[in-house]
Order: sequence, then structure tokens, then C-alpha cells
Amino acid sequence: MLAYMARRLAVSIPTLLLISMLVFSLQLLLPGDPALAIAGEERSPEVVEAIRERYHLNDPVPVQYWYWLTGVLSGDMGESIRSRMPVTELILSKLPVTIQLAVMAMIIALAIGIPAGIVSAVRKGSGWDVGANVVALSGISIPNFWLGIMLIMLVSVQWGLLPASGYANPLEDPIRNIQTMIMPAFVLGTGIAAIMMRHTRSAMLSSLRADYVRTARAKGLSERVVVLRHALRNALIPVVTLGTLQLGELLSGAVLTEQIFTIPGFGKLIVDAVFNRDYAVVQGVVLFTGTAFILMNLLADMLYFLLNPRLRA
Amino acid sequence: MTMKNWHAGLLAAGFIALTASAAGAQTLRVGLQEDPDLLDPDLARSFVGRIVFTSLCDKLVDLGPDLEFVPQLATEWSWSPDNKALTMKLRQGVTFHDGEPFNAEAVKFNVERSLTLPGSTRRSEIAAVASVDVVDPYTVRLDLSEPFAPLLAALSDRAGMMISPKAARETGENFSRTPVCSGPYKFVERVAQDRIVLEKFPQHWNADAYPLAQVSYLPIPDTTVRLANLQSGGLDIIERTAPADLPTVRGDSSLKLEQATSLGYQGITLNVGNGPRADQPLGKDPKVREAFELAIDRTIVNQVGFEGEHTVGNQPVAPTNPYYAKNVPVPERDVERAKKLLEEAGHGRVKVELMTPNAPDSLRVAEVIQALAGEAGFDVSVNATEFATGLDRQTRGDFEAFLIGWSGRADPDGNIHTFISCKGGLNDGKYCNPQVDEHLNAARTTTDTAARKAEYAKAAELYLADRQRIYMYHQNWFWAMTAGLEGFKPHPDGMIRLEGVSLKK
Repeated sequence: MLAYMARRLAVSIPTLLLISMLVFSLQLLLPGDPALAIAGEERSPEVVEAIRERYHLNDPVPVQYWYWLTGVLSGDMGESIRSRMPVTELILSKLPVTIQLAVMAMIIALAIGIPAGIVSAVRKGSGWDVGANVVALSGISIPNFWLGIMLIMLVSVQWGLLPASGYANPLEDPIRNIQTMIMPAFVLGTGIAAIMMRHTRSAMLSSLRADYVRTARAKGLSERVVVLRHALRNALIPVVTLGTLQLGELLSGAVLTEQIFTIPGFGKLIVDAVFNRDYAVVQGVVLFTGTAFILMNLLADMLYFLLNPRLRA
Repeated sequence: MTMKNWHAGLLAAGFIALTASAAGAQTLRVGLQEDPDLLDPDLARSFVGRIVFTSLCDKLVDLGPDLEFVPQLATEWSWSPDNKALTMKLRQGVTFHDGEPFNAEAVKFNVERSLTLPGSTRRSEIAAVASVDVVDPYTVRLDLSEPFAPLLAALSDRAGMMISPKAARETGENFSRTPVCSGPYKFVERVAQDRIVLEKFPQHWNADAYPLAQVSYLPIPDTTVRLANLQSGGLDIIERTAPADLPTVRGDSSLKLEQATSLGYQGITLNVGNGPRADQPLGKDPKVREAFELAIDRTIVNQVGFEGEHTVGNQPVAPTNPYYAKNVPVPERDVERAKKLLEEAGHGRVKVELMTPNAPDSLRVAEVIQALAGEAGFDVSVNATEFATGLDRQTRGDFEAFLIGWSGRADPDGNIHTFISCKGGLNDGKYCNPQVDEHLNAARTTTDTAARKAEYAKAAELYLADRQRIYMYHQNWFWAMTAGLEGFKPHPDGMIRLEGVSLKK
């Protein structure tokens, strides 16, 4: 087991290096001079030159890469070119916001998707089923940004129920935190709820046809117990797998949603950094995401290893 | 928590939220179009940053609504007879937010910092300052290497913002993270991409004029979302309301609107001398450029592009500006004459590549120009380019015509000199007319307003005839605010000044 983990970790390091090299070379393809973009309107030649000097933008890319790599190895991911904030600090301060958004969205997705899937499977062919399918199809088809703006117009502007955007720290102001996060979480959750609904429905349909369900019914158990205790438990296994897979999807969906609702999370950090040509932040974000994905995969593999006796043999 | 309980909790939270009242009536929430960059006046580059600085940092001189300079930290000033020294009397009894005194030594420190700090974005604006002399504790003299009238304008902006020398020495490069100035509001906290919070500084020399206890600046880039926040009560005032949203603001009785014509301009920069791409009819031949200008109807551009909400103009300053040269008024569209000029110049149809930032506004303007110029014989192809790439191409001379603007400066010099003087740092079209340079330089050396106006009028006559830049319109600043906000005075520099501003809820 330990040897296996060590092997996996050893493989991860060159992978990360490769990813970081790739990001550095991609900079070459980006049109536009970052120093000009950062200087913006104040782009007098001497200001542009000062920016280039400070951030080694005059050096060849391999040299820039070397500066960056030695920095990272000593725990320093550099500073944002635009705000001069340490990249590590920026990433760590934005991450909890996005995680909260993703968790809330997942809860909403589960709360809508699973019951809807059960109902439409149990009442297959009924009006409920058709209705749920129409809603699910719309959920998948409606783009997040449109739904977001429509919700802002309706809930915030027309009804005045919730703030249109912004963010509050849950530790400082939990009520306002929920107020500001509920709409974006809903927008983000509906798309996933639709997918969940469809998967729950098909898993439920095959469960309901299974022998053990027929046995349960034959034993005279109530329909409620048959559906929820026997069929649903087995049907949920693939749905849970799907749920974990959707987490990655959630993080990418958060990019757009955070932009619309002006939530200062990881997604907004990425978008703003790309628009401002803030290379140091983009590099830090890519490295961080890469590491996170590799670690998650490692964790999943290990769990699988522990849970599945056949692999251990 | 079971699912049912969780829902109940959420519902309860929702109800509490609904009944909870809004934030304290004395906190002003300002919606900005973007997140400011560095909160250090000597390193800052963004326009929105200046809005925050307006409440955070006092300046030596301020700019009044009619573009006259008014005292702030300097109570009076005078030029030496040869215009090579500016002596300023300073306000007494002023302290920085950290309790340090403001005096002539502090001014000396600040001006020298602007000139020497690595990466200073202010250096070029006050490069004429050769030395700073402390005459007495509250009098300071700036000695110049050459007469430079626009200095006063520079001191009415970031170069004139005074930061605490002690804080600057102690925090060094990190000053921007906890800025210490002497303005009516002091820095509390900043959460990147989320908010900047300032609170009232009770020891400010003019504290009574600032009723608000706190100000929060919230960057919300999307104009629709920014307005939605204002309408739903999440914000009290927003800057740069989009012209398309103005009917909504005007139709909402809980809101009001203020506006001012900006100091800047929007227009088309033509490549007349920067590399091989200048070598085409529009770049080479002033007659073709004249035809191009005559083909464009500025009013139509304003109407189609911005619902007619901006101000039409043909110069680097708006017609409302005291320095507008009245001897060269906005020309009328004349398609027939444009056609004739093209014929005289020996061209059939002339091809033009118009580069434009890929923002919807710019694209709309570019398409209107395409249609208008087409009628006179120009085949305009619109090349939408990402903004930073456009700047890069412009600097390298890889363009024929570029649709771009400038946010403007208080002194006309800041709108003209670096853009069209032969060696101007931002003269990317490489236009050069020594006679124009003579007038522009002469305007720099005198502090007499009438004489300066005369020089700018002569220069305008020449460079407008050369038409290297076709100035088209001046953006109007639109501030939408809640009806309860009182005392706001619109300024042409687009800043939000909080003197006398209060909130009634």
C-alpha cells in the first residue's frame, strides 16, 4: 500500500512540472503585451518598461520559468502583477468561497434531482413524469448566465427579496452570507439537478424491475417501503458516483456564476486574472488546480483500493 | 440535520433576512465598474482607483466642477515671473490618518517619492520638477527645469496626493495594502475583487463637511447587474451607468441621475507614420483623411451607438471645456464633397482596416462608421481585437485606423501633448508637425490662461487640418443613485466627491 502511494506520488511530480511548463509556453500564444495590458491607460513607455523589469517580462520564457519554479519550490508562487498581493494568499482566500458555493449547489441539486427522479420513475408515463422531464430538459438547456440575470431581475429588483450580488463572510454575517449565496447556488445547482433527475429516474426504473423488488412486493411490504428502502438504496449508488464526478463540473460552472453574482471566489479570480493578463495569478491557479486534481485522484484510488477487496488480493 | 430540518432552517433564515433592516443609514455603498489596482498614488494606474483616492487622500489642489483649480491642502500658490518655480502655502493643523503632521517636509517627501520610487507612474507627469525646497514649515517651493504650466493639473490628481511619510517609510513596497493619507476617510479594509471599506476620519481639517460615517466601494463589472444592485437597494450610487440603461433609471422614481461631460475623448487614431502600415491612402494623403472625416456624421454615431447620450465633438477637449478651440467647430457631414476629394486625390474606392476593441459599444460605433464611410467611397473592414492586443498592435504600428479614446486630464496638455507632439510618448500614429509642437510647447511655458487658450487654438487649427486623429465624441459620466442621496455634485473628471453628501433613508 505504502509503496503504491509512493509510486503514485512520484509520478505526480513530473506531471505537475509538465503542466506548469505547458502553461508557461501557452503564454507565448496569448496575443498582447502583458506589460501594456497592466499599464492600461497610463502606458507611458517608462511605466511599461518598469513593469517588464519587475516581473522579468523581458527575459526569455525559460528564464521566467526558472524564476517561477525556484520561487514555487521555496513556497512562493509570486505576486499578482495587478494588485501585488501574494498569489498563495489570493488563492487561499478565494477557495473557501467557491467550495461553499459548490457545496450549496450540490445540496440544491440533490434536493431537487433525486425526489424528482424517484417520482417520475415511480409514476412513469404520467403527467408527473412528463413534467419532470420537461423541467429537467430545460434545466440542462438554460444557460447559467441567463438564468442568473433573470433571477436577479425578478427576485432582487422586482420583489426585493434578496441582494442582487455581493458576498459576506459566513463567520461575520451568516444571514447575509446565505442571502447572497442562495441565488447563485440555485443557478449552479439547477443544471446538475436536471442531470441527477435523469440518472435517478433510469436507475430507479431498472431497480423497480429487479427481482428483489418483486420479492419485497410479494412479501406484502407497502409501496412506500418498497420504493424508498429497497429500490432507491440500490439505485442511489450510481447516482452518488455521478455526484462526485459532477463536483469538477461545479467548479467550472462556478466561474460564470461567480462573475454574474460578483462573488469573490476562485472562478472570479481566474477570469479577472486572465483578462488583466495577470500571469503570476494564472500560473498559480493552474498549478493549484493541477495539484488538487492529482491529489483527489490519488485519494479516490486509495479509497477504491481500501473498499474493493478484490484489488487488495 | 435531516433534509426537512435543513429546509426549515433555510426558510427561517430567509424570513429573518427579509425582516432584517438595511445597513446603517450612514454607510454609503458605491458600485464601481472594476476593482482598483494598487492603492498607492505613486503606483496606481486605474481610473476607479482615483475614485477611491478621492475620499482617502487629500491633494495639494483640487479641481472644481468648472475645471478651475481650488485649494485643498495648499491654500494658495503663485508662479515665479519666469514660470520656473511654483510656491505653495500649506494648510496648517492637518494630520495624516496615523497622527503624523502634514507640513512642507511632508510635501517634499511626497514629490520626491513620486519622482524616485521604482515603477512610479507619476514620474512623467511631474518630470519638470528639479528640486523641492522647504521655505518654512508651511511653505514649499517646487523648482522646475523648464516652465511647465500643466504641473498644477498634475498636483490636482494623484501626483498631488499626500501620503504619510512615516507610513511610507515603514511599509515601503507594501504601502498600497494599508494606505495612510490625510483625506476625509481612512482605510479600514480591502478584500480583493470584493470591497474596499473606508471610515470617517474625525480629525480631518474639514470633517464637518462629510456627514457619512463609512464608505464601501464594491466592484461590479457588469453594468446591468450594477444597476440591478442599485434598484434592489444593495448599492446607493453607481458610476458609469450605460446609456442603454438610462431610460430605466429615469423611469424609476426611487432613483435619480446626475451627469457631467468627461475630460476625455473618443475617436479614431490613424497611422500616418508608424512603419509600413502607414503606407496606404488614408495614412499618406491628408485629402483622403479629410474625405473620411466628411463621410462621418458624429451625431449619427452618438445616436446609434449611445442613444444620443454622449457629447459630440471634434477636438481633444469637449465643446463645454474652456480650452475648446471655437475657431474650428464640429464639421457637418458632406458626402458629395468627400467623394469629390477622393476623386481629386486620384482614388476609386479606398480600403481601410478599422481596428476596434471587441466590446459591444465599440463594435456598434465601428459598424456605423463602416456604413457612413461606405457611402462616400471607403470600404471599411472592421477588425475587432481584444483590448490589450489592440494596444500592443497600436504601439508596434500594426494598424491603419484604431477606434480608441482617452479618459482625459484636467489640463488640456494631458489630452494633447503626449499624443500628437512629434516625440510624444503615446504618439502611436507617429504624427509630426513641428509647427503644432511649437504651439503646444508654448502653451506649456505660460501660466496665463488667455495666452494658453490662444496657443491651443492655433495648434488645433493645424492638427485638425492634418486629421491624424478624428475626434468624434466625449463620453458623459452618468451616476445613478438612490433618491435619498443628497448633496452629490457631478464633476467632469468622473470622480465621486463626498463633501456634503448625505443619505436619507
